[in-house]
Amino acid sequence: MALAFTALTSLLLIAIFIFKEGVPFIARVGFKDFLLSSDWRPQAGHFGIYPMIIASLLVTFGAMLVGAPLGIACAVFLNEFVSKPATRIIKPTIELLAGIPSVVYGFIGVVVVAPLIRSQFGGPGLSMLCASLILGVMVLPTIISISTDVLASVPNAYREGALALGATRWQSVHMVILKAGRSGIVAAVILGMGRAIGETMAVIMVAGNTVQLPHSALDSVCTLTAKIAMEMGSATGPHRQALFAIGVVLFLMIMMFNALAMSAIKQRFAGK
Amino acid sequence: MIISPRNTQALAVTLLGGATGLTLAILVFVIVFILGKGLPVISLGFLFDNPQEMGKAGGIFPTLVGTLILPLVAIFIALPAGVGTAVYLSEYTVENPATRIIRFGTDCLAGIPSIIFGLFGFIFFVTTLKMGWCILSGALTLAIMVLPTIIRTSEEAIKAVPASYREVSCSLGATRWETVLKVVLPNALPGIVTGVMLSIGRCIGETAAVIFTAGASLRLPHSVFDSTRTMAVHFYILAREGISNENAYGTAAVLILSVLLVNSLSYWMMNRFIARRTK
Repeated sequence: MALAFTALTSLLLIAIFIFKEGVPFIARVGFKDFLLSSDWRPQAGHFGIYPMIIASLLVTFGAMLVGAPLGIACAVFLNEFVSKPATRIIKPTIELLAGIPSVVYGFIGVVVVAPLIRSQFGGPGLSMLCASLILGVMVLPTIISISTDVLASVPNAYREGALALGATRWQSVHMVILKAGRSGIVAAVILGMGRAIGETMAVIMVAGNTVQLPHSALDSVCTLTAKIAMEMGSATGPHRQALFAIGVVLFLMIMMFNALAMSAIKQRFAGK
Repeated sequence: MIISPRNTQALAVTLLGGATGLTLAILVFVIVFILGKGLPVISLGFLFDNPQEMGKAGGIFPTLVGTLILPLVAIFIALPAGVGTAVYLSEYTVENPATRIIRFGTDCLAGIPSIIFGLFGFIFFVTTLKMGWCILSGALTLAIMVLPTIIRTSEEAIKAVPASYREVSCSLGATRWETVLKVVLPNALPGIVTGVMLSIGRCIGETAAVIFTAGASLRLPHSVFDSTRTMAVHFYILAREGISNENAYGTAAVLILSVLLVNSLSYWMMNRFIARRTK
């Protein structure tokens, strides 16, 4: 009985300790100066994280532009157009993508993707574009596996009904099945966003880590997670508290994404 | 021009198939690229020698040991808590507000990114409890991180044990606890082990949560109170600080092979488990 509350207790401990370090700091610096100022100079006592918030959101958005269409397309193809035995081989193979450590993705970004961007489009290579591409691939397993489950749970009668009315397979997919599974697929994408915004090691390696508001996708950016991980080792005093305060912002963002995804899933079951 | 439904379908299938092909191609590329550059570096000496000059030369032996020990200690901590939660949720209670809160907590925990676990482990285990950077701090942090996976897979496995098993056991005069211990858990074991393997895979590949809790010492650890460096952390430091690209590739290859091995094992076990269940 007591064991059953381990997960919950851990969650509360995590929230309490991170908030305890971060929230008083935010209160002291001022909500507005912390979230909306672009001036990050810990030594001079300036802690504005606005560029990092924007960078995190843009990189995540970019990752979704890559990962969501690709992932949903994979899920639809595997679930509706491929025979069961083939799916049984392809799906675990794709899930192996999830097992590849994030540092390895980051490394691939540095040695393969960034030089390619540099030679094709110019700029430093380590950039928002590079981070979005790498994160887009990293969220694929999340999006594919949840979307496949969602599509598999659409009743067969829907498919048969559409086909009986003379629809082609593709018509039945995009007119009936995707509509029926819409909220579940939205949840899959939101959970993917949660993963992308929280990803750290791969992003540090490929995003370039310049604290600035990017003007184009080829600019180097520094995300919230990258800032925490890079400076955590050496930070002390208010600087360290500032990093925990970034942790608070990140924590709240992720919780928001999770809550959104859960309500999308709930909506789906309520609609049935 | 109006395209006929038949042609639209052909187009759609081509595009969707192309997307799937692209995804598979990326996967194959990542693995082949790393193994292609890394495998030639690997030798017995590379695996079993101590690193020299911060990893510029020599082998990766201490990081191999760290990668082995850290996940094992983490599982040792997470397993009782996770399986206990699963048993409680599925055997000792019905759906009520308390179980809903536990499930909600588990779901939330599953969504927290590893950097937050790292921050928490650092401020709680390393700083507040004054444990310092050590294997135990790292393992406790990882244990919390994999808890949701273990709870979920164990719960699925326990639910899959047929109700008739429990009824027979109870009708023979066994108490509920005896039933859980001698009937339910042994039958759910393959499913639970699958969850454990998945968790080990995740621990092996983890960097952000480990580097701030277990540290990055390259010395061979003597107890759980020593700091250690896992392969993932070692690879990150080698690659990020440009210490040695050659050794970075070698470490990455060993890292990927270990993760693939552990994950394939867990899929294999899961499939056997499902096959046995449907028999």
